Amino acid sequence: MFKFFSLNKIFKITSKAPKYVLLLFIIVLSVGLTEALILSPEDYKQSDAVRIMYVHVPSAWISLGIFSSLTLLSISGFIFKNKNFFLMSKSLAPSGFVFNIIALVTGAIWGKPTWGTWWAWDSRITSMLILALFYAMYLISWRIYDNQEKVFKITTFITILGIINVPIIKYSVDWWSTLHQPASINILSKSSIHSSMLFPLIIMTAAFALFSLLIFLMKYNTELIKIKNKGLDRL
Amino acid sequence: MINELTFMNGYEAYVLSAFGFTLFSFLILYVITKVQFIKEQNKFVSKFGSLNSEKVKYAQSQRINKEILANAANN
Repeated sequence: MFKFFSLNKIFKITSKAPKYVLLLFIIVLSVGLTEALILSPEDYKQSDAVRIMYVHVPSAWISLGIFSSLTLLSISGFIFKNKNFFLMSKSLAPSGFVFNIIALVTGAIWGKPTWGTWWAWDSRITSMLILALFYAMYLISWRIYDNQEKVFKITTFITILGIINVPIIKYSVDWWSTLHQPASINILSKSSIHSSMLFPLIIMTAAFALFSLLIFLMKYNTELIKIKNKGLDRL
Repeated sequence: MINELTFMNGYEAYVLSAFGFTLFSFLILYVITKVQFIKEQNKFVSKFGSLNSEKVKYAQSQRINKEILANAANN
């Protein structure tokens, strides 16, 4: 079943893909920035401050998506006894962490003109901060533990604990009274956001997803070469 | 267009700093990842270069090693 995941085949694809992904990212980001900063309309209440949404919301979505992927990959690594899943998980984590930080910082910048404060111990903001701590613990674990089996167990444990926080982040605005508004975009029902704002949001999300793919590919290649370097030492 | 970008009804400092921080974070992450990649690649090339002919033969029998070397030559 996992013949597809042989390192030779994967490296052949991942070593060539980054330059194409980078080119596509630059194109999509350019379109997204033009839409977000110039063409999209201002909000009737928030005026031009609403434009921060085009970096804040995609960053939050992608950091949540990446953490869910880390959990899925780590658990799959354990079930199928395949180290490659852990390698993929490790390679995804840095971009997830950076997107989490971007969501927190741009959220603070957006909070000042709209709520009058940079920070509040609001349930959504606090749960996003907790997610950043889980990302940090995950990344630190890979750095401090040398024993491979031990690091696989610890990182999987961290992701399983952390994934409990993901639905809390998603539904925090419905469960508690918070400064955040309820979700404007729903996959199953009609979204309350106008198409003139939804379009740039989708483009920016695509650009951010491409960036995380680019970082994942570069990081994954680095990890593969690291393994091969150790292999050369053993010759 | 320049006016729209620079005078966002008084919110330009907030909007541009949010976008600036995002793009700066992207640049930093990209540069760090690229540097790590090049460092490992160079390490591989120098280790490969120091192998004796028998070990080179064995190492070249693994396709991924050939791919890494070819990729390093292209970069």
